[in-house]
Amino acid sequence: MDQVIGSLNGVDFTLGGALLELSYLLAALLFVVGLRLLSHPETARKGNFYAAAGMFLAMVTTLLLHKDSQGEAIPLANVWIILTALGVGTVLGWVMALRIQMTAMPQMVSFYNATGGAASALVAMLEFPNTDMGNVGSALATLLGLIVGSVAFSGSMLAYGKLDGKVGDTVSGWMKYLNLVLLLVVVGLSAYMMVSGQTAGELSWALYLLLGISLVYGVTFVMPIGGADMPVVISLLNSLTGIAATMAGFIYGNQAMILGGILVGAAGTILTVLMCNAMNRSLLNVILGAFGGTGASAGAGPEGDMKEINMSDAAILLSYSKSVVIVPGYGLAVAQAQHVCHELDMLLADKGVQVKYAIHPVAGRMPGHMNVLLAEADVPYSQLVEMDDINTDIANTDVVVVIGANDVVNPAAINNPGSPIAGMPIINAHLAKNIIVMKRGRGKGYAGIENELFFDPKTRLLFGNAKDTLQKLASEVKNLH
Amino acid sequence: MEQVFVFFFTYREAIFIIALSVFLGIEVISNVPSVLHTPLMSGANAISGVIIIGGIILVGHADASKVSLELILGILAIIFATLNVVGGFVVTDRMLEMFKKKKK
Repeated sequence: MDQVIGSLNGVDFTLGGALLELSYLLAALLFVVGLRLLSHPETARKGNFYAAAGMFLAMVTTLLLHKDSQGEAIPLANVWIILTALGVGTVLGWVMALRIQMTAMPQMVSFYNATGGAASALVAMLEFPNTDMGNVGSALATLLGLIVGSVAFSGSMLAYGKLDGKVGDTVSGWMKYLNLVLLLVVVGLSAYMMVSGQTAGELSWALYLLLGISLVYGVTFVMPIGGADMPVVISLLNSLTGIAATMAGFIYGNQAMILGGILVGAAGTILTVLMCNAMNRSLLNVILGAFGGTGASAGAGPEGDMKEINMSDAAILLSYSKSVVIVPGYGLAVAQAQHVCHELDMLLADKGVQVKYAIHPVAGRMPGHMNVLLAEADVPYSQLVEMDDINTDIANTDVVVVIGANDVVNPAAINNPGSPIAGMPIINAHLAKNIIVMKRGRGKGYAGIENELFFDPKTRLLFGNAKDTLQKLASEVKNLH
Repeated sequence: MEQVFVFFFTYREAIFIIALSVFLGIEVISNVPSVLHTPLMSGANAISGVIIIGGIILVGHADASKVSLELILGILAIIFATLNVVGGFVVTDRMLEMFKKKKK
């Protein structure tokens, strides 16, 4: 560790060693360039390919050229074992990636994130016996790799379960105290392991304890967070996996791992902050799970009735409008209604109606979730309008159609300072001339609060599964002359 | 206080890499349009599978002459990391492919 972390100073020159380091440099550059290209729509696909190429390069050269501290290369028997493991992982990963529905993308990403975290935790755990506990840097890297990796693993698995609807949200006030205690125990135990003066072998009991508590912490950390905060958590867990990989990079003195991991860590953190800003909440606030939690003193809630509209009236209203804005939400995703929705917007466009989509930054269960779904349904970019741009002329819009969205159009965010979502920027659907809301039932949104928009005199409701409703509506529009 | 300096001096190169990479990561990501948030996250997630190099080194130098818990866990680490890498890149490509096709 000493010689590796201090980089190459103490290592003899070999051609293989030089080639290996050179390939790591190239891989690291490909990661950076790839990520850069990924952040522009025109070049994104190329960027993804570059990053993948960098990873492939680093894997191949490691397999062929890596030597341990005694200068031994990887023996052939081990090469076969590794290739088999790589083969199994590749086939599994590839098949899963191709078979997953676009609507289930958030849970897929969570799952992959969990596997990355698990790999980091396993590597740290297996390297622990070789760690010199007296060496602060070495001990810190191994312990942090284990802790962060396990938290990312169990947290992402729970996020996967939640997004897949297998696990519900649990909100309790005591949860945050439990989390604080667990976090303190983790820090305390790590500190003890580093200062106790015992060797790694003598501390293996503490290692397993640390592993266990970290896994539990990952679960209790994600448990109280739910609903609209899911995009933030996924992004946060993503950056944790990057940090875990960096720590493993320290263990091996591997610059490609350090750089790749930190890059993901920083990018994930920035994305997390962007998400939080989009909801006007602090990260701490999200982590404590205040959303829809004990602080939900929203008051009596709106009064009045929800007024329904029948299909033919809705079809007439839409067909004779000049401008229509569609606000998609998670309901559209679960019903897989993106294709029918695009059908409807094309029918309306044929009748001379100007149709746009208003995309709230946190609509859905993942940052940019709606963009992906609508892209799948071939809705052109130019029709997707971001929140701030749509809000400037929403008052001139004839009809806003809200499909399975709730909290992102709740005027309580503006009107009611006591509301749990107060201050969150919303799409100002309530300012439009007419509003049609498609909803599964009369229930509340994920934030667990009533939406006064649904009781607005200008609002009409269409109850039912978004896909069925849109299908019926589209055929009504088609039959109008 | 001296210990802090010793720590910094010992790990100066790693600290350099970290400090610069953090800025690089922030710089590379800022101004990304929200259209790309999901693919970007998924792509970054695949890059974090770089831990696979650690897995290869670990199993590569393990004693493979007999089956041990360490060996099995190491193999498991490689499988997990590969899932992360391959699945991550393939899923990202699938998403981006959809963005692409209606640009004609």
